[in-house]
Amino acid sequence: MAKLFPKSANKLPVQIIVYLCVVGCIATAAAQYYMTPKYTRVGYAPMQPVPYSHAKHVGELGLDCRYCHSTIDTAGAAIPTSQTCMNCHNQLKAASPALAVIRESYQTGNPVPWVHVHVMPSFVYFDHSIHVNRGIGCVECHGKVSEMDVVTQVKPMSMGFCLDCHRAPELHVREKADVFNLDSGTIAATQGIEAARTFVKDWNIKPPVSCSGCHR
Amino acid sequence: MRNAYIATLFIVVLTFSILGLRNRTFTKPPMDVFPEWLFPGMKYQPKLTQQQQSPFFADGRSDRPAPPNTVPASFGPAGQGVRSDDFLYRGKLHDGSWARGFPPALTLDMKFMERGRERFTIYCSPCHGAVGDGGGITKKYGMGAVPTYHDDRLRQMAEGEIFNTITNGKGQMNPYGDKLAPRDRWAVIAYVRALQLAQTGTVADVPEDHRAELGLK
Repeated sequence: MAKLFPKSANKLPVQIIVYLCVVGCIATAAAQYYMTPKYTRVGYAPMQPVPYSHAKHVGELGLDCRYCHSTIDTAGAAIPTSQTCMNCHNQLKAASPALAVIRESYQTGNPVPWVHVHVMPSFVYFDHSIHVNRGIGCVECHGKVSEMDVVTQVKPMSMGFCLDCHRAPELHVREKADVFNLDSGTIAATQGIEAARTFVKDWNIKPPVSCSGCHR
Repeated sequence: MRNAYIATLFIVVLTFSILGLRNRTFTKPPMDVFPEWLFPGMKYQPKLTQQQQSPFFADGRSDRPAPPNTVPASFGPAGQGVRSDDFLYRGKLHDGSWARGFPPALTLDMKFMERGRERFTIYCSPCHGAVGDGGGITKKYGMGAVPTYHDDRLRQMAEGEIFNTITNGKGQMNPYGDKLAPRDRWAVIAYVRALQLAQTGTVADVPEDHRAELGLK
């Protein structure tokens, strides 16, 4: 009887197993790299209906974050009303075509169609006020918005990102006066880790790490 | 077998050249790795949260504007009429005249002043300037006619009238009632009064044990 398989076929099962292992490794690495928010979300910088520049208003003029995001320390994040823009732009650049959308919104009362950049899933119950009132600076999650012409997501805002901080708040807290100062450093960086631990203890910072802390 | 490895390498290089590295910027909405149609879950729930769209309402927004002739509950304690304390919430006395001084419901202490300083720095100083002379940063960009606090008209103005100006605006100044809660408005007024005093103060006004801090003798 003639040989159905050449002799080299004896190695084939092993070769196939090795190949599948290699492919498995590559697929795992690719999923880790491409299917996590570090790749899918970081860098999202949508076109906004008004070319508002935080670099100009915060970096150059020195406006406080809270001038526009005025409910941040009581109720949570809010995109400012068009009246907020008109506080100054009823006189400054009052006829600028770039601000036509704002003027129309101010007159009609219809909202400006800003594009949501940092989107959380519905099952995440995140509250800004508790974070800014307990020493977590804006820059911690939003990056240096004061240097951005177009708001860009710079942190993954994945669950791992949240938990890194919830498990070790002493590495991320800053003084109350520095929370809205995007150029400030954390207490751990400026005064050392011991001072940061004391701050966490004094301010009774106990970030939840159980599921129900953030998911309800 | 070698061909299989070459094909795999080709696919890896192709994927890499299409997807690129992390940390690039893009304007299209982020890719959803686990899309809702394939992995149904609770990621996008129909519940309404602040500042969202909602087809349920005719104007298409989830935030409901206050109905006519109503006042948001945040303007006063729940269940208590806004007019229960006209002084605190409107700066007026019962006869309708502007109130002078500060509402009795408030405690004027250092904490209150610090709150006033903080709120003033955020909301007022961009135009009125850090010392209230009308020389804020916006002046450099062409904001005109911001009055200084340091003239007799404003020094004599009743606190209640200043409260009304913050709440409802005046002339070119838009209302700030949406940004400053009533108590914060009073804190700002207290700080404005302090700024006015500071401009006309003399060495004699500074308590003796604090003079050294200011370099005074």
